[in-house]
Amino acid sequence: MDPARFTQVDPTTWRIEPQGAMRVPAVIYADEKLIRDMDDKVFEQAVNVATLPGIVQASYAMPDAHWGYGFPIGGVAAFDPDQGGVVSAGGVGFDISCGVRTMLTGLTVADVVPQQKLLADSLFRQIPAGVGSKGAITLDAIDMNAMLSGGARWAVERGWGERRDLERIEEDGRMAGAMPEHVSDRAKERQRREMGTLGSGNHYLEVQAVAEVFDADVARTFGLARDDVVVTIHCGSRGLGHQIGTEFLKEMAVSAQAFGIALPDRELACAPINSEVGQRYLGAMRAAINCALANREILGHYARRVFAHFFPNCELRLLFDVSHNTCKVETHAVAGRARKLFVHRKGATRAFGPGHESLPAALRAVGQPVLIGGSMGTGSYVLAGEASAEQKAFSSACHGAGRAMSRHAALKQWSGRKIVDDLAAQGILIKSPSTRGVAEEAPGAYKDVSAVVAAAEHAGLARRVARLRPLICIKG
Amino acid sequence: MITAAPSPSKPRWEHFPHDADVGVRGCGATAAQAFEQAAHALTAVVTDAEVKPGLAVEVRCEAPDLELLFVEWLNAIIYEMAVRNMLFSRFAVRIADGRLEGTLWGEPVDVERHAPACEPKGATYTALRVAQDADGTWCASCIVDV
Repeated sequence: MDPARFTQVDPTTWRIEPQGAMRVPAVIYADEKLIRDMDDKVFEQAVNVATLPGIVQASYAMPDAHWGYGFPIGGVAAFDPDQGGVVSAGGVGFDISCGVRTMLTGLTVADVVPQQKLLADSLFRQIPAGVGSKGAITLDAIDMNAMLSGGARWAVERGWGERRDLERIEEDGRMAGAMPEHVSDRAKERQRREMGTLGSGNHYLEVQAVAEVFDADVARTFGLARDDVVVTIHCGSRGLGHQIGTEFLKEMAVSAQAFGIALPDRELACAPINSEVGQRYLGAMRAAINCALANREILGHYARRVFAHFFPNCELRLLFDVSHNTCKVETHAVAGRARKLFVHRKGATRAFGPGHESLPAALRAVGQPVLIGGSMGTGSYVLAGEASAEQKAFSSACHGAGRAMSRHAALKQWSGRKIVDDLAAQGILIKSPSTRGVAEEAPGAYKDVSAVVAAAEHAGLARRVARLRPLICIKG
Repeated sequence: MITAAPSPSKPRWEHFPHDADVGVRGCGATAAQAFEQAAHALTAVVTDAEVKPGLAVEVRCEAPDLELLFVEWLNAIIYEMAVRNMLFSRFAVRIADGRLEGTLWGEPVDVERHAPACEPKGATYTALRVAQDADGTWCASCIVDV
């Protein structure tokens, strides 16, 4: 994008003044290079979001923003139900509550490297990944509803997780207000055999080493030190979330007209929060959040089983579990007044700053861990939420590196086999059923994650705590 | 000078790029044929390997217009792929009065042989277009979230 299209407020804040049907400005947080490299579609989509009824303050985009569906990926927008505000199936996306969890192992690189190959093989065998993989769990109708209401708490009660994990998961592991009765039979059928599966695309399980510590005090509070080994899982609500997204997108695209909402793009499909369809979507979407929380808890349990085999005294402790495709009811100060808002984060991570009441006591003083997935080769980051993020973007930060190149272009440029070999030479073991899938996820197809998190820090969204480098990557 | 009358080109499919995902496009002499071709493009998102058309599955869907019907069609295939754990390689589509009846032929996923690259999550309204070109060719396209 041409930076001249924006009003530059400071080195990492770029503003689009309201024009045409925009009700509020659009604000993108990024440095000038990230702005230049962003697709023009991000501008267009951030502007379109600003036209939706009841939007509060501004339509925001994070430093990793890229071309999405209706909303840009990396988009954040809050709506006030009392001002005609909407909830948007497009603003949450297909993979509802897709997110990241990081678990501490108490092991160091020196402990893991001698076992690295065997550990990679075992994880690849034990973690169902990719199309055609089979989960070990089949849910009947009663279990399905219990899972959709109970989230990670349900998984723990069934023995797939540990009780102490729950306070380290958003919503304490269970999203309130889920209405499994509004999840269609087709969505439930898609999920019946999918619990405890990783999925494909950019989803992964990685064993990672702490490569660099930026903030020693916060790192200590998080339990991270240089050369420590952690396990990070990126996945979401699987087929259930996809089906709910698909069904409500269609219903809301049609009903928007009846509500008198002019959609600049059908993918912005939305309905008033205070409407029957809006409430039904919220109930189904919250059930999908529980599905994602349960799924990541089960995958964490599988990882624990494998690690216990190789390292009998090792305990995997959950650092935190974040979701980056959600709509949540949160109270935020707007112009000095506390307002209850429906905050959409589409490819953006909640980033509560120090002192936030929802954080567990052990983390409250330093802020919420914000887990940023990078690419297979370049690594990931752990950040901590900043208090200033509330004013900047309703306590939100980036979620990943963000793609810089289409899968199509990546396939033309790279061979999956060569990527696997090159990364192996750097000490990174990639396990995937598909070499083409590896090529599509080539490290070079992503933006520079370091530039993204540096921009997020500069913009006051979240500060850097540690950088993680991959040792093992299981991809679907 | 004699020029040939415009005639619809041969049925074909292709992928087109999107930042995070992938576009599918099918073209043919009729809208139904374009839908069938786009379904081939959808399978090719998952695998380049041969898929044997051994088992038949029937699907039905409806929508207020052809573009929304196209998204419904792709989502119906994605649903069958997911719940049956199958891939499809032959398609027959009949469209009348906003209703679509389709038959999909395929086989269960064989991870070794198909080496599936990624899983379609849903067809989207992004870059959605179903239209007849000047030469009479119908093309149907949209972005698929993977």
